[in-house]
Amino acid sequence: MPDTTTPASAAPGAAPGAPAARPRRDAGTLRLLLRKPLPTAGLAIILAWTVLGLLAPLVAPFEPNRPDTAIKLLAPSAEHWFGTDSYGRDIFTRVLYGARLTLWTGLIGVGISFAVGVPLGAIAAFRGGRLGGAVMRLMDALLAFPQLILAMAIAASLGPGLLSAMIAVGVVGIPEFARIMYGLTLSLKEREFIEAGRALGLTTPAILVRHVFPNALAPLLVRASLGMGFAILTAASLSFLGLGVQPPTPEWGVMISEARGYIITGEWWLATFPGLAIATSILGFNLLGDGLRDVLDPRLRTSR
Amino acid sequence: MLRFALRRLLATVPTLLVVVVISFALTRLLPGDPARAVVGDQAPPEAVERVRAEMGLDQPLPVQFVSYLGGLLRGDLGTAWHTGRPVLEDFADRLPATLELALVSLAIAVLVAVPLGIASAVRRDRPIDHFSRVLGLVGASMPLFWLGLLMINVFYGMLGWEPAPLGRIGQGLNPPTDITGLYLLDAVLSGDVIALGSAAAHVIWPALCLATGTLAVISRMTRSSMLEVVEQDYVRTARAKGMPETVVVGKHALKNAAPPVVTVLGLQLGALMGGAVITETIFSWPGIGSYVTQAILANDYAPVQAFTIISAVVFSLVNLAVDLVHGLLDPRVRHA
Repeated sequence: MPDTTTPASAAPGAAPGAPAARPRRDAGTLRLLLRKPLPTAGLAIILAWTVLGLLAPLVAPFEPNRPDTAIKLLAPSAEHWFGTDSYGRDIFTRVLYGARLTLWTGLIGVGISFAVGVPLGAIAAFRGGRLGGAVMRLMDALLAFPQLILAMAIAASLGPGLLSAMIAVGVVGIPEFARIMYGLTLSLKEREFIEAGRALGLTTPAILVRHVFPNALAPLLVRASLGMGFAILTAASLSFLGLGVQPPTPEWGVMISEARGYIITGEWWLATFPGLAIATSILGFNLLGDGLRDVLDPRLRTSR
Repeated sequence: MLRFALRRLLATVPTLLVVVVISFALTRLLPGDPARAVVGDQAPPEAVERVRAEMGLDQPLPVQFVSYLGGLLRGDLGTAWHTGRPVLEDFADRLPATLELALVSLAIAVLVAVPLGIASAVRRDRPIDHFSRVLGLVGASMPLFWLGLLMINVFYGMLGWEPAPLGRIGQGLNPPTDITGLYLLDAVLSGDVIALGSAAAHVIWPALCLATGTLAVISRMTRSSMLEVVEQDYVRTARAKGMPETVVVGKHALKNAAPPVVTVLGLQLGALMGGAVITETIFSWPGIGSYVTQAILANDYAPVQAFTIISAVVFSLVNLAVDLVHGLLDPRVRHA
């Protein structure tokens, strides 16, 4: 394994409170990240799925949703690389289209968690008092639910569908972002440069946006990358349970759910390929997240 | 220690109250209409109104909340429309199955992950370490529902290993005498060897499937926690004194590496409860999880709601217990 202590200590900008070093750190982060094989592999997997998803209409050999009973349940072959499903749809094509939906769901889900959780955490820490206490108690209560179960309950009460799944995944992720931001803001707000900003007459929102947020970005990015893996997994689980994206949409969780009936009869390709797609994309974000953590936030390092 | 325990218990109460408010809000404030869900899309408006009144949905929200809270405290979790029985009774019938699956999974996860994590930290960068790290990464990225289907596909579909992934015990067999409701334990207690074998063969695959994610997380945590500890001065001192390596690792290092592992184990219980829903569904395991999936498919919200709130309460209490264990293991925590 490569030594992770050197890059970590060589990234002085990673410490909160060094705004001047920020541009250099951003350039350096990617370089440090690419020096290590696992995060590089993670980034490569994510890029590959992104490109394949974006280009799906161009590179996919068939229509994702056109049934053709004459060719149903064909094993993988030169023509149908991943075989065909019970409606005669090409699985390779559907896996490619599924990448778009999966990445979108992850992005929107994490986007919701970030956009709601980060301001909540910052305000709770900056204002403190009753409001801050109430916000953080609410976050504690959200964390008291097992994540998948809370996502199920939210999606079930909103009614099954893609949007419900995105909202459910997003809401479940809010408290973690809020907590990270809360802790960071608490420690940042005592620092001299924040005090200097106040002395200069900056308003609270200006301090939060211009000084606190940029200095909290590194740990938030780490969380966002790991959160993408979690969001993809949860959204796919919801689809599998019938609470997320509905058939016949080409989505990986839905495809596996549809394959359930063929698992014992030997049509292994129905579930195998969409499952590999989910597993590799989650792996990609986990590898990237771990790598980012090592580079940006050495205090949280676990994969030493 | 008692003061620490009381303080933590008191801190849990408001959280649980907010948990109830959130669960209530999920049913009453979100756009879906529970009464409409019960009678179906085609029903006339009068039928919807009647069910609405039956369910108390025509009352003002605060009144609804108080009667909801009162019901919860009396153990009234509502009625499951798809079985026509009180949710609490359905849960009680299925609890032992879920408990058995969860306990076996937890046992597998801990018994494999902790030794693996220790071996990985002690033999850093050797083959066992690489193996454990790959397992940690892959295990954490595996969707449970896919892993379960793969297992069935390979072991039952291709290799033809019996039994079929269906239920807790062989089709023609009688369950062992009901003592605890846990088939494995009951079979041992009543000396029923045949039931024991069948129950074990039925539980092993779903339990392995459910254990994978937890196993990955725990072995990773054990490894990193151990690595942190074995670099400490007191471990070097213990070695320098000529203490046998097993005592150094097993006593000095492990005890100090344990707290974060215990904390993560508590947090993993949440993943285990969510995972049980999926695992039970795939392996047709007659527990609470597969029951909740049936309720979802039948648009029956009361069981989903009840499951959500119960799992949150159980999860909170387990984490309270974990905090207390943490306090026992580490005096710094209880005096903080």
